[in-house]
Amino acid sequence: MQEGRVLSTREINRDLLRSILETPRWFWPVVSVLGLILLIATIAIGIMVNRGLGVTGLNRPVAWGFFITNFVFWIGISHAGVMLSAILRLAKAEWRRPATRAAEVLTLFSLMTAMLMPIIHTGRPWRILYWAFPYDFARGIWPNIRTPLVWDPSAILTYLTSSTLFVIIALIPDFAVLRDHTTGFAHRVYSVLALGWEGNARQWKLQIIAGVLLSALILPVFVSVHSIVSWDFGMAASVKSWHSTVFAPYFVVGAVHSGVSAVAFALILLRWCYGWQDYIRHEHIDALGRLLIVVATGWFYFLVMEILFGMYGREPDELMVRQTQFTYWPYNFWFIVFVITTYFIPVALWLSRAWRRNLWIMSIACISVNVGMWLERFLIIVPGLVNKQLFTFVWADYRPSIFEYIIVGATFALVTTLMLLFSRVFPLVPLYDVKEGDVLKTEVQIGRRTVPATFRED
Amino acid sequence: MARRPILGLFDNANAAADAGDGLRRAGIPETDVDFLTDTPYPEGAFGEREEPHKLYVFPFIGALLGLTSGILLTSMTQVAYPLVTGGKPILSIPPMAVVCYEGTMLGAILFTVLGIIFESRLPKLKAGLYDTRITEGHIGVLVNTEETQHGEVEGVFGQAGAVDIKRE
Repeated sequence: MQEGRVLSTREINRDLLRSILETPRWFWPVVSVLGLILLIATIAIGIMVNRGLGVTGLNRPVAWGFFITNFVFWIGISHAGVMLSAILRLAKAEWRRPATRAAEVLTLFSLMTAMLMPIIHTGRPWRILYWAFPYDFARGIWPNIRTPLVWDPSAILTYLTSSTLFVIIALIPDFAVLRDHTTGFAHRVYSVLALGWEGNARQWKLQIIAGVLLSALILPVFVSVHSIVSWDFGMAASVKSWHSTVFAPYFVVGAVHSGVSAVAFALILLRWCYGWQDYIRHEHIDALGRLLIVVATGWFYFLVMEILFGMYGREPDELMVRQTQFTYWPYNFWFIVFVITTYFIPVALWLSRAWRRNLWIMSIACISVNVGMWLERFLIIVPGLVNKQLFTFVWADYRPSIFEYIIVGATFALVTTLMLLFSRVFPLVPLYDVKEGDVLKTEVQIGRRTVPATFRED
Repeated sequence: MARRPILGLFDNANAAADAGDGLRRAGIPETDVDFLTDTPYPEGAFGEREEPHKLYVFPFIGALLGLTSGILLTSMTQVAYPLVTGGKPILSIPPMAVVCYEGTMLGAILFTVLGIIFESRLPKLKAGLYDTRITEGHIGVLVNTEETQHGEVEGVFGQAGAVDIKRE
């Protein structure tokens, strides 16, 4: 599976550094609009911190709402980076090359955004410090290691640190290219970042081993992060629909589903914004579409199992939550939207090769998945809390306030802004990886056909 | 006589490999020759020497340190405020295992990254002989040898089809 022409190094440099060395006309107007959205959200957060969580729709017993839904959603998106980069790197899949960096960077920014959500949700962000870290020496009260709310920061910080280092290590050879193509202040900055890289055999050997070794080390962290996030719910014995053993794999597969869809959409956007038709080709989007059929079907299997086993026990509390999800307005409407947008619409579209190669249709399918996956998290969290549960003596419905809509909406602007700013200073498609692909590309004659082939070193 | 670098630039991999062969025939030790490229070529493409490394030791050391930190963090904070919850032991292994696991992985990854930088001999504070055309697709053959041998090296580079030869 290789399409597109073999490009010279000069062409690759020119095309992939264009986003850094030239400023597109649309760039600053778009960043300004996004900046305005972020400013409005910052004011909303300021008012919320000043007046307290009463300005939100959160109440007793619905203490988790839009913010925690959004936290789980962005954690899910962050799983795309490792899924694409590490697994495909270990599997030596050729089509990974242009997609890895964008996926890894999306991981970083969605993780940072995810981390913001519980901090904002506390209403008193500064207290996070001594809730999550062993800091409070004065009073001698330490974090409660037994709660998943302490496991969360340990897993997410590990994942964030690992992903950041993974991106930086792979960027060093590209920093050297930038060092050689810039002058003045930019040249000095890229020279420092390149660490004196000259591209000798030893450095390349270590760089290749680094990709494989770090991939192998990050994969278990990737699985653990969303498992631990799922335990925020799964370990809560008092909320019946949350207390499920299937949550960890269900969340991990769901995260991969939403994350890979997000990466496919991000790649389509980058191709369109920066004219990278020679690098992000239809074959790459097609491959992601085929991968997503498998992931989506795996996720759907877990969804069915979760509902089936939940109802099979016939526990009154559990049945009450299911009844809320399936029959009470507006949850029943959102449940239908969630199942259709997460599975039936996108998979139906991905089954056709022609539609997988149509970028408009692929964009719709990927957005559809993410709308559905956001609703999935909402439908896990809120219906579980609005019902009367063991040890809760009040119950109420949840109506998110304008503050929650603004803050949640702004997280999408935040990730987009960070991706755009990153693309202005660092290459979002790894230059050396694309060049290596071209070096290893060849053609072989089999009978009367000439077929593309790739040299692969073990 | 002082040892000084000399750099030959080639516009294709075959020419650079020919230059490598020529240098070997001229008696230049392999340890004095480096091939500079802007993309990873398959190992041995230029007939270059094997590069031994000890990178695989680093993640193990890091994992051990990370595990130790995880055990200390989880046990010391619980012992420092011994609150019995639900009749469970103060040092409860299942929740400790989660934080210890993350500590182990974090240590392994941090040390792997340090290992990569150390084994790559980075950061290189003093820039050596280099040409920016290397990141435009040229292949640099860098020879660090006695100045008396530079003439011979230039001859080898010329015969292999160097597009440019640079001295410090």
